[in-house]
Amino acid sequence: MSTEARAGHFPAVDWDGGALPYRVGHRKLGMWLFIVSDSLTFSALLIGYSYLRASNVWPTPFPFYPSIVFASVMTFCLLSSSLTMVFGVSASSKGDKAKARKWILATIFFGAAFIVLHLIEWSHLIEQGMRPFYLPEKWVQVFTTTNGVPPSPLFGATFFTITGLHMFHVATGVIYLLVVAGRIKKLKHEDVEISGLYWHFVDLVWMFVFPLIYIMSVDMHHLLAAAGGH
Amino acid sequence: MNAHAHADEHFAGSNKLFISIWVWLVALTLIEIFLAYVTMPIHVMLTILIGLSVIKAALIMAYFMHLKFERLSLILTLVPMLVVCILLLFVFFPDSYRSIGLRYQFKQPQPVAPAPVEEP
Repeated sequence: MSTEARAGHFPAVDWDGGALPYRVGHRKLGMWLFIVSDSLTFSALLIGYSYLRASNVWPTPFPFYPSIVFASVMTFCLLSSSLTMVFGVSASSKGDKAKARKWILATIFFGAAFIVLHLIEWSHLIEQGMRPFYLPEKWVQVFTTTNGVPPSPLFGATFFTITGLHMFHVATGVIYLLVVAGRIKKLKHEDVEISGLYWHFVDLVWMFVFPLIYIMSVDMHHLLAAAGGH
Repeated sequence: MNAHAHADEHFAGSNKLFISIWVWLVALTLIEIFLAYVTMPIHVMLTILIGLSVIKAALIMAYFMHLKFERLSLILTLVPMLVVCILLLFVFFPDSYRSIGLRYQFKQPQPVAPAPVEEP
């Protein structure tokens, strides 16, 4: 194309090839498109959960301890991991690969802590008898309405599906970051930044999972405790 | 490789800025946990929680994911279509309210009429 058009910021030049219309590399654009599609996956799951919740009697069984305390500490871990990841990307942009690697390892630590805490939290619920397709006896007794309508057994299905898929994303992210930390000397800055995008996305999804799954299912009136413990 | 030079620009934003964003995110999370123990109608609680979550998501996308410092054309390509697609999923909610009405009658049970006295 003519240099005239380029000088005049004629937009068609951007699409002629040899230029980056969005001023990001093709890999980074690819990661953004993946993030958009994965957001839709999680949105669909969360809206499916809300659909079931609005059309059923829904139990609200989570006690302050362990469920909410664990979930809050897990949220704190993910938020902190995002901060360390930003520091890592920032160091990488200044060409300080060794420092970037240290910050990425800190991110991996927080991510792994999230997974461990989440598995402990799952085991609390599984011990009580929560399964994907039925609820513990005690919960059914406590949350059955005065008209005799029992709470939906799909509570477990939605809980394990959504938190499980999120945990899978965190686990994938930890492996991804381990690879990035290991090969950081060979990678370009943009590749480090792309791994950061994925990690922040995992954090972002939890910002919706935490209030919708945990905060909305708090046993506010201590019904379960009153009925003889959890 | 020359084309890459554009993308290798420095990463905007200072560590101080990122720490302040993190403080905001933690503070909003604490508000959410506090709200869990405040009695209010479920739809009010849901609205507040989703509102706070959208603010948190926007902060993460704008600063941590660096979108605020990208070209406007990238933001306009990614964000509006995502928001529209998510909002389209809300089309299912009227059906969920219809479905609960079909399956359950949340009314007081009708008083049982006394059995007619058998005529001798």
